[in-house]
Amino acid sequence: MTTRALDAQLAVQRKAARAFKIDPLRLGIYLLLVLFAILFLVPVYVLISSSLKSFTEVQDLSRMWSPPSGLYLESFKAAWSGLSEKGLRGLRGNLLNSVYLTVPATLLSSMLGSLNGYVLSKWRFRGANLIFPLMLFGMFIPYQSTLIPLTQTLSAIGLGGTLWGLILVHVIYGIPITTLIFRNYYAEVPTDLVEAAQIDGAGILGIYWRVLFPLSLPGFVVVIIWQFTNIWNEFLFAVSILQKPELQPITVALRNLAGSQIKEWNMVMAGTVISALPTLLIYIILGRFFIRGLLAGSVKG
Amino acid sequence: MSYARRDRWIAFAMLLPSIILIAIFVYGFIGWTTLVSLSQWDGVKPNYAWAGLDTYMQLFSREGGVSAKRFNIDLWNTFFFTLFFLLLCVGLGLLLAVFLDQKIKGEGIFRTIYLFPMSLSFVVTGVVWQWIFAPGTPTRLRGVNALFDLAGLDALKWKWYTSTDSIGPFHLALIPVIIAAAWQLTGYTMAMYLAGLRGIPEELREAARVDGATEVGIYRHIILPMLQPITLSALIVLGHISLKIFDLVYTMTGKGSGFVTDVPGIFMFETTFQGNHYSMGAAISIIMLLMVAVVIVPYLIYSLRREVEL
Repeated sequence: MTTRALDAQLAVQRKAARAFKIDPLRLGIYLLLVLFAILFLVPVYVLISSSLKSFTEVQDLSRMWSPPSGLYLESFKAAWSGLSEKGLRGLRGNLLNSVYLTVPATLLSSMLGSLNGYVLSKWRFRGANLIFPLMLFGMFIPYQSTLIPLTQTLSAIGLGGTLWGLILVHVIYGIPITTLIFRNYYAEVPTDLVEAAQIDGAGILGIYWRVLFPLSLPGFVVVIIWQFTNIWNEFLFAVSILQKPELQPITVALRNLAGSQIKEWNMVMAGTVISALPTLLIYIILGRFFIRGLLAGSVKG
Repeated sequence: MSYARRDRWIAFAMLLPSIILIAIFVYGFIGWTTLVSLSQWDGVKPNYAWAGLDTYMQLFSREGGVSAKRFNIDLWNTFFFTLFFLLLCVGLGLLLAVFLDQKIKGEGIFRTIYLFPMSLSFVVTGVVWQWIFAPGTPTRLRGVNALFDLAGLDALKWKWYTSTDSIGPFHLALIPVIIAAAWQLTGYTMAMYLAGLRGIPEELREAARVDGATEVGIYRHIILPMLQPITLSALIVLGHISLKIFDLVYTMTGKGSGFVTDVPGIFMFETTFQGNHYSMGAAISIIMLLMVAVVIVPYLIYSLRREVEL
């Protein structure tokens, strides 16, 4: 064997050894990542396993952490339709309320945000530099500081205790975040496009409709996902404005179910799964857009 | 240029409805709430008779009644909750982001797992973590206590959010609530840091490696300093969430016995909508607003000014 061939063979062997050698630092990183992943998933395990148990099984404290003995779906049925003999309301109606609330509020606030974002990114008028931050401040305030006038005003205009009232509230308090996301989104659209359309004789609305709006789909996806998630999950406005149990969205109904005296944990957990599923599915399917909305919320997009 | 001029007016007109709504529902209502906090309104019927700062004095009085005691506990709880919640979210979020930045196999799956709690409502989080940290009784252990019992870790069994122990003004019952909140929002800081890390050009690391820097050294001296603006944003966003926290605590533990897990958000809600003490609820909410404004206003000015310069 020539020395050159030997060298080459040794090099191959060394390379193979390196590939198989486990770097302890990398191994440690993987182990920690897996450990944290397991810890993060503990609540999911609790939710799924408890919701698939019967009431007697969920009451057996010695098997709290054991997987369910079978696929018992009665808890989901109870959470959905209620247990009239125990005076527990089902969540079906409340889930529908959440849909009736979230869909129009999301669409309206997205439209409004798109128009505002267009104006603030492409038609900056004098004073816009002051108006924008004043608007943004509205998304950080503790809403407690508006609740008393809000409930008074809604009652005065006949929207107290109604879903329409709550829709209006979500549209209004959604203005800052939707405007912010669209403003940053449209800022990326080259101003040349706007100027070219202007030379062609298009006015402000024509430019929006012909130039900006057709480019807006990704922006709308981000904003719609963000608003849908936020409005679906919202609790404070809903619990302060809607007193009637049959009108409340699912977050409020779930908290009432979980706060009842005798806790049917299997039913509560099944209800929790039901109320979490819509936003969770959106996150899993459209996670990329969800993260963009998330990062946009920190003002600098 | 009369067209452009007309368009400028249309632009303003398009924005006007939003301006008016924000002016009324944010600024007008804050003013109105301030007025309520300075009034004698204590009962179902509105009563705007002037009371000056009486309600605020009542909340902060030294010899104080129940309200002053409760509010004092609330402020301490908010302080410790915010402190530990921020430490956990920023520390753990940064750690996970740096780990995930090491060309990890299955990075997408890990990211999805760490971030999914962000898509849930605080009510969902509260319900699940209430189950996990429910202590049970010594003979009928529940939640993590039952788990520790199985594992023989008797030393870790504890009363969790029902505990009335405290270290100075820090109520230990807050610990489970802090863990639940950090579970929900650590993914947020992780995502922010990860986005920041991905924005750092590879050439910069290469150059440092050529100069003989170790991987750890590159993080310590080059990358972490570059992530500082992200840390600031994360602290502000998470800090303001924690200062006004309500749903999570209200669902998970409520005010707790002796107000061990009470926060201003719960006090405001209960005293206003269950106790009909409107002026007191208004005063609490104005104090909450001031706490948030101290953090948010400089941040808004800072980040928008930086944007204009760019």
